[in-house]
Amino acid sequence: MTRGLPAGEIGPTEGSINLPPDDTGEAIGLPAGGLTITFGFGPTLFRDDDGRDRFGLADRQPQALRTLPHFPADVLDPAKSYGDLCVQACADDPQVAVHAIRNLARIGFGTVAVRWSQLGFGRTSTTSTAQSTPRNLFGFKDGTSNIKSEETKDVEEHVWVAPGADAKADWLAGGSYLVARRFNMNIEIWDRQSLGDQEDFIGRTKDTGAPLSGGTEFTEPDFSMPGSNGPVIAKDAHVRLVHPDFNHGARMLRRGYNFVDGSNAIGGLDAGLFFIAYVCDPDTHFIPIQNAMAKSDALMEYVKVTGSALFAVPPGIEPGEYVGQSLFA
Amino acid sequence: MRTPLIVALLLATPLVAACTENAKGGGGDSGDARTVSVTSTDDGCDVSTAQAPSGTLTFDVTNAGSQVTEFYLLGEDGLRIVAEVENVGPQLSRQLVVNAPAGSYFTACKPGMKGDGIRADFTVTKSADEPSVSADDQELVDAALTNYSAYVQDQSDQLVAKTQEFVDLYKAGKDDEARALYPEARTHWERIETVAESFGDLDPRTDAREADLEPGQKWTGWHRIEKDLWPQLAQDYTPLTPKQRAFYADDLMKNITTLDNRVQGLDYTVDQIANGSRGLLEEVAAGKVTGEEEYWSHTDLWDFQANVDGARVGFEGLEPIVEQKEPELAKTLTTRFADLQKLLDAQKTDTGFTFYDQLSQGEIKDLANAVNALSEPLSQLTAAVLS
Repeated sequence: MTRGLPAGEIGPTEGSINLPPDDTGEAIGLPAGGLTITFGFGPTLFRDDDGRDRFGLADRQPQALRTLPHFPADVLDPAKSYGDLCVQACADDPQVAVHAIRNLARIGFGTVAVRWSQLGFGRTSTTSTAQSTPRNLFGFKDGTSNIKSEETKDVEEHVWVAPGADAKADWLAGGSYLVARRFNMNIEIWDRQSLGDQEDFIGRTKDTGAPLSGGTEFTEPDFSMPGSNGPVIAKDAHVRLVHPDFNHGARMLRRGYNFVDGSNAIGGLDAGLFFIAYVCDPDTHFIPIQNAMAKSDALMEYVKVTGSALFAVPPGIEPGEYVGQSLFA
Repeated sequence: MRTPLIVALLLATPLVAACTENAKGGGGDSGDARTVSVTSTDDGCDVSTAQAPSGTLTFDVTNAGSQVTEFYLLGEDGLRIVAEVENVGPQLSRQLVVNAPAGSYFTACKPGMKGDGIRADFTVTKSADEPSVSADDQELVDAALTNYSAYVQDQSDQLVAKTQEFVDLYKAGKDDEARALYPEARTHWERIETVAESFGDLDPRTDAREADLEPGQKWTGWHRIEKDLWPQLAQDYTPLTPKQRAFYADDLMKNITTLDNRVQGLDYTVDQIANGSRGLLEEVAAGKVTGEEEYWSHTDLWDFQANVDGARVGFEGLEPIVEQKEPELAKTLTTRFADLQKLLDAQKTDTGFTFYDQLSQGEIKDLANAVNALSEPLSQLTAAVLS
């Protein structure tokens, strides 16, 4: 499918008139659309909720691959959280991504079952310096200081699991952890905040995305610059709390998307940011940062986390190998 | 039997990045006599004109210096702040819109926020758009501030009295009476909730819900006791012992007393009152209309009413000012407060209100719609009283 080919060996319209097609067909005529498919393993693939070894893999469970702790403001819907396996399909056209997921789920019936799925749109972070920074549903540029693929040293240090980092799970060396968090935004309430307040909460201007300490989008924030009432980038500004300077230098590779899943029972948009980050170790690169944010971030008034999951993403494979081969080797 | 694996499917589609940047807006107004460009540097304040016709003036303030700057329009005495914009970072721009009648003024940039600022004379000449000003503007403001301060203190007094009564009943094991008093006592908290919440240390100790806790944080306050009084929904719940009850009751009373002491010394500004009014409606939208606030007791409508009371009192205090500046807004807000109150009145019972879990989905939706209808114009209130 990543080459724009059908999911099955026969094709959506080439097979027997008496059989259901082995490809569902909605991608006929569409290009591959930059489709990528990323797979991950959840903690419950290794051990069930009672700690029992499910498939004889428990001795290879990575140290940090545990159900994420409860964070303040987490109101998790179990039907939108957790999972044994995950598949992230990304493409330039939602139809292509949905086609991939749908056909993989179909192939898997009987062996795997779908627990939850989430469709996103409008990438919320740049992953390359060639892209301009897109906006989240708060209307702000999001992911200005995301790790870019060109920053190879940072990718190495913050995204990939280093060989020897986890003695029990060396199969994960060269892989990563995928953190998924469904941040529901309180859209209607947010929209009633003055521009000045919105910018103070974020710590950047809405227009260009420059930090409130001045400059342009990519100017480094100056957290000590004095303002009229305390620092010009407020103590509870989002950009300050999640910045590497206040988190032992930790950076993330974010690959999240906006979502709108219709409206809720009282007519509000069921919308927000489907946060996805790749990190080398959630214990150092996600959990402390999420805690700092949940505790002090001005944005927390306007978000509620309704879904949460953590997966270990195995390293890439050579031709002829299968996904996750290192785990089963 | 094989256990099926559970798959989480993440579908994600980036939009193709747009290639063109929108041109910066506002260019069409540059020739407007009421638009003034201000460039603040570390040692200068370049104002594009020293004179403008009366009416709505727009100052485009750009900071070309290396430190944060502020820009002020000061009255003839050089002391009264007519309008100000703060926190303009280096290389950033901010707009200041002010409704200025004819008269003599000063402009002032304050790079580094130090001293009296770099001042220059500024004259506003009479024009057809002369804004009407009332000599008793300041009187209206003073009256609003005094009344609001008195309201908060009065609510705080009643909060102390009712909370004392409530914790005494709870400690004495008179649970039915305590349950009846719980939403009544909280009414006085909810009416001044935005003031109470401004004390970042007291609010979590007093009003945290179980889901708000961070790891290791001890759960105390109203909702801890609420769960103990209404444990039906809780699984495997162990009721608190009399000793534990006394601990949580005394702790709540101590924090409420601290709140009361702090409230005595508080001064307010009109924008704080307006923001508080908006904030109380946000509390309704975020927690009460959804039934999340009183998860165990379902007494959300008491809180709902109390938030609306507090918001309405805030607005009514400012109403004479809003009537002068934006009469249409004052009218809309009056109507929308009344519309919402009508829906709440319909849920009143002999002992208070319908419990949240007894409301139909349609009734909840109607309340949510009325909250939205009021909250949108209410979000204009601060700007209106400051204009």
